[in-house]
Amino acid sequence: MTFKDPTIHPSQITPRAIAEDRRQWLKNLALGGAALGMGSWLEREAFAKPVAPREKLPAKLNEPYSTRENQTSYEDATSYNNFYEFGMDKEDPAKFAERLQTRPWTVSIEGMVKKPVTLDIDALLKLAPMEERVYRLRCVEGWSMVIPWNGYALSHLLNRVEPLGSAKYVEFISLADPKQMPGLKRPVLDWPYREGLRMDEAMNPLTLLTFGMYGELLPKQNGAPIRLIVPWKYGFKSSKSLVTIRLTEKQPLTSWSASAPREYGFYSNVNPAVSHPRWSQATERRIDGRGIFAPKIKTEPFNGYGEYVAKLYAGMDLRKFY
Amino acid sequence: MVAIAQIKRWVFVVALIPLVRLFVLAYAGQLGANPVEFITRSTGTWTITFLCITLAMSPMHWLTAWSGWIQMRRMLGLFTFFYAFLHFTIWYWLDHYLNLQEMFADVIERPFITVGFIAFVCMSLLAITSNRVSMHWLGRRWSQLHRLIYLIAILAVLHYLWHKAGKNDFQTVYIYAGIILVLLIVRIPVIREQLRRIKTRS
Repeated sequence: MTFKDPTIHPSQITPRAIAEDRRQWLKNLALGGAALGMGSWLEREAFAKPVAPREKLPAKLNEPYSTRENQTSYEDATSYNNFYEFGMDKEDPAKFAERLQTRPWTVSIEGMVKKPVTLDIDALLKLAPMEERVYRLRCVEGWSMVIPWNGYALSHLLNRVEPLGSAKYVEFISLADPKQMPGLKRPVLDWPYREGLRMDEAMNPLTLLTFGMYGELLPKQNGAPIRLIVPWKYGFKSSKSLVTIRLTEKQPLTSWSASAPREYGFYSNVNPAVSHPRWSQATERRIDGRGIFAPKIKTEPFNGYGEYVAKLYAGMDLRKFY
Repeated sequence: MVAIAQIKRWVFVVALIPLVRLFVLAYAGQLGANPVEFITRSTGTWTITFLCITLAMSPMHWLTAWSGWIQMRRMLGLFTFFYAFLHFTIWYWLDHYLNLQEMFADVIERPFITVGFIAFVCMSLLAITSNRVSMHWLGRRWSQLHRLIYLIAILAVLHYLWHKAGKNDFQTVYIYAGIILVLLIVRIPVIREQLRRIKTRS
């Protein structure tokens, strides 16, 4: 399925043949530059990206939950990532995530549940029918993407382990293995990466347990083999490479709020009315290949998913619970 | 010995390479997913790099007998301003769409922008008074005015440091801060005299 965006005139898009020709030209230039020791400075991602085998992941489009906005290109969505376990720069995950071993992989679902279980990735893939959902992803840094994800509602998994009545929160813990993740050497955050949701947020049908994107298994730099997508919250709430899902009674301490409590709250719902202490959240730069002169767009409350989730926060002061 | 004019010409060409690189990457569609962020950061990094190079010229002169360092200083200072100007313009244009009111709101709201903006204003003062006429006209006050470069250096480090603070990502910042610290320390009169003595000894 393709969606046309009336704001892009076809003449503005560089034809593929010309783009590839220019890339080849750049490679040649970089090869020349390499002789001068400037290769990597000129080529950027042209050579840097390792080519991983790509595996299809069939899924059925969930139309009501999918936006028709212009999608971010696969290339952009897989080369501009925050995944500090592999380094601080946006290009680092694409460069270094190749070391991540995504098979065998198990996820332990534990805590305040009747039936705690450790599931293999293959069992998880088969637990519920795979859906495709095209979601907006808004990063707290002020940029956004539109990505088709493949997965199923987290509630399928949580229902299976039968949460106890005392379970009020869900904690998500990501892999932290220094042998596979060079970024862990730096004490940027208190590893492993920890995130959390309130039980009703975790059970909301929008909350997606995600295994793939663009109809394929997740690339390693995007949080393979299993991650969370919570589209109405800032991107850092959508944890990558999950190993533990723990149901708790108390609100879990998340990595970012432990590191900078004034900047990153537990809820972190997308909210244009609440500025980050160091920048405004009123607008965002949409990464959809429109180039440097495309204007920024207005950020929507709950990232535009208010009709599904605003009710979860009825009566709460979202300035206080940011 | 190669004439200083010749060397300056080469330095001029080399100093333009970071800019040419951006055009090359743009042409090849290799500015990445967020091109505005990339060109903003690239020009910012080159500003602070040229600031370090400019600040290194006087100490190099004290250490060696060669006067060429001093003769290149103004050009390098102007390149620092050139990259700062690009850095500022990209932000003003592509982040604030030339909206003055919005730009100033941002200058006031975010401390790292505040210090960056002050540094840029100071740098503009130095750039417009970098000619012979101004030197003559300002007399002794000219060298006093141009000591602002030390303040600019401190503000530039602060701008970079606060920008990276949210992510505790200080590795590169510390390298630049260390270089600038050394370049400021060697200007303390006692240390400067020691450096000069090295020259006379050799």
